[in-house]
Amino acid sequence: MRLLTHNMLSSNIKGVTNGFPLRMEVGKVVEKTVDFNADFLRNMFAKVEWNALVEGSKALGYFELPDNVESSMLESDEFLHKFHHALLELHLEQGALICPETGRRFPVSKGIPNMLLHEDEV
Amino acid sequence: MWYLCVFYHRLLEYRKAEFESLAGLFGVETSLEWSLPKEHHPDSPFHFVNLPSEDVAEQIANRSILVRGIYELWGEGQDFKELEEAIKNYPDDRKLPYLAPESTFRITIDSFGKVISSQEKRDRLQMLAFIPFKGRVNLKNPDHKFNLMDNDYYGSSNGLPAIAKRRIFFGREIGVADRKILQTYELKSRKYLGPTAMDAEMAFLMANQAQVKPGKLVFDPFVGTGSILIAAAHFGAMTMGADIDIRVVRDGRGPECNVWSNFKQYGLPAPISLLRADNNLPPWRPGLREVFDAIICDPPYGVRAGGRKSGGRKLLKGIIGPYTVPDDKRTDHIPSTASYSLVECVHDLLDTAARMLVMGGRLVYFYPVLREDDYTNPTFPEHPCFKFVTSCEQILSYRYSRVLLTMVKIAPYSEEIELAAKIKHLDFKENHLKWLEDGNLHSAVFRPADANIHGDDKSSSKPKYRGKYV
Repeated sequence: MRLLTHNMLSSNIKGVTNGFPLRMEVGKVVEKTVDFNADFLRNMFAKVEWNALVEGSKALGYFELPDNVESSMLESDEFLHKFHHALLELHLEQGALICPETGRRFPVSKGIPNMLLHEDEV
Repeated sequence: MWYLCVFYHRLLEYRKAEFESLAGLFGVETSLEWSLPKEHHPDSPFHFVNLPSEDVAEQIANRSILVRGIYELWGEGQDFKELEEAIKNYPDDRKLPYLAPESTFRITIDSFGKVISSQEKRDRLQMLAFIPFKGRVNLKNPDHKFNLMDNDYYGSSNGLPAIAKRRIFFGREIGVADRKILQTYELKSRKYLGPTAMDAEMAFLMANQAQVKPGKLVFDPFVGTGSILIAAAHFGAMTMGADIDIRVVRDGRGPECNVWSNFKQYGLPAPISLLRADNNLPPWRPGLREVFDAIICDPPYGVRAGGRKSGGRKLLKGIIGPYTVPDDKRTDHIPSTASYSLVECVHDLLDTAARMLVMGGRLVYFYPVLREDDYTNPTFPEHPCFKFVTSCEQILSYRYSRVLLTMVKIAPYSEEIELAAKIKHLDFKENHLKWLEDGNLHSAVFRPADANIHGDDKSSSKPKYRGKYV
């Protein structure tokens, strides 16, 4: 699971009002090279919750992202490459996503987050 | 300028729809003008289309699946005399650049609905001797390609559209569909397949309907073995898929036979993400809007595969008290799922699409239709955020067909719209969709045949025009 996916997911258990961002329990992290596409990144920048991405990348052991950003930074190649690396190249292979409100564990195994709810959480 | 467009005689309703979607993809903003050759049946493979430039024509043809060729028409007629006249009258400044001495060329002779002998091909070629070709012939890789095509009534229609009069066309080829990709991606050589994997031709058509292009993000909420996303990835899109069946998305049939390996097999970039999620309760964070450029899917409509959603046992057994998972069993608990009717599924799909598609983004999905009662004019689900683009039918059996619906998002999502959509959905469910409830479609498709159906078939031994069956 990449951080882009992490940035889009929340715990949607019935009654939970604040299910985002999911905390990460890290088992195994892998890095995979992805072709760089600046347009895609600029497009995604507006959609991403920056703080969640920074926290997520720290959880996966990447500390290069700045805490504060503004859209003018998209002109910088160096920034785009860091953003690219954090958003698309870091994978949580084994571990879990933890609901910040209830502590419910959504397991991540073989890179696939299992977001299905139990019968009593619907 | 007007061009001659010749289609493959397949998936008739998909042909113009694909062409128009591609025209939109390559920057044509107005709707296209079409016309038919004299006395041609609307299902004829020959059509005239008005396009802004040769460049656009070439792009459309090369990207398409169902365009056999787009041609600059040099002449047409009901016999060779008329054709010769027409070609001679075609302006020299359009012809001469392609007949120049240093160029190479090839002429292909073709006839729709009949195989013609090589002798006859040579005879027809001779008839074109009046054209002042100065270049050399090169059959393999010529600079300019010309086509002589005709359709004629050969005494038996063989299930092809009715032909009133012979028509011959001669034109310069501008572009053709690359149908080799269909061989590359054909299902029989794909490693990981499921029972409802989308066949390659249809998957590419869906991707074309969705106007997929490089850098776009495409989502399939019923991803299965990934066959639709593979087509989208081939056209350069980033892909994302979700499925409720974790065995399909996570495990497949082992480490080298799963959704990831399907992408690897063709050298395509792996999906951005695969996840197990429920279309009924999608886990997207509340503020997330307008991230996908297209949503393409084949929802489970309960004929070959049924839909499932979260919140099982309680509903299945009809127990009134809440079903609770004991605390010590929570960690490894495998939640059961409940059946998910098509009505609900389509409503959820439209809602997700309205929320998650960018403005102008497309939703492309299949929808089943029973071929009885008010079949000729079926009603499709609507949503205030979406405008209909096209519906293309593919007949699957005597009983039912599937319709590929293409919708485009024209209004931003809001809470009022969510409410309005719900009301519209309930009204639709009440009036049109009784048979789409859980299990009904399945039983309608598989009910025993009426005795007289076979009687009818035997009485008509002559091949009839088969229309949408092709």
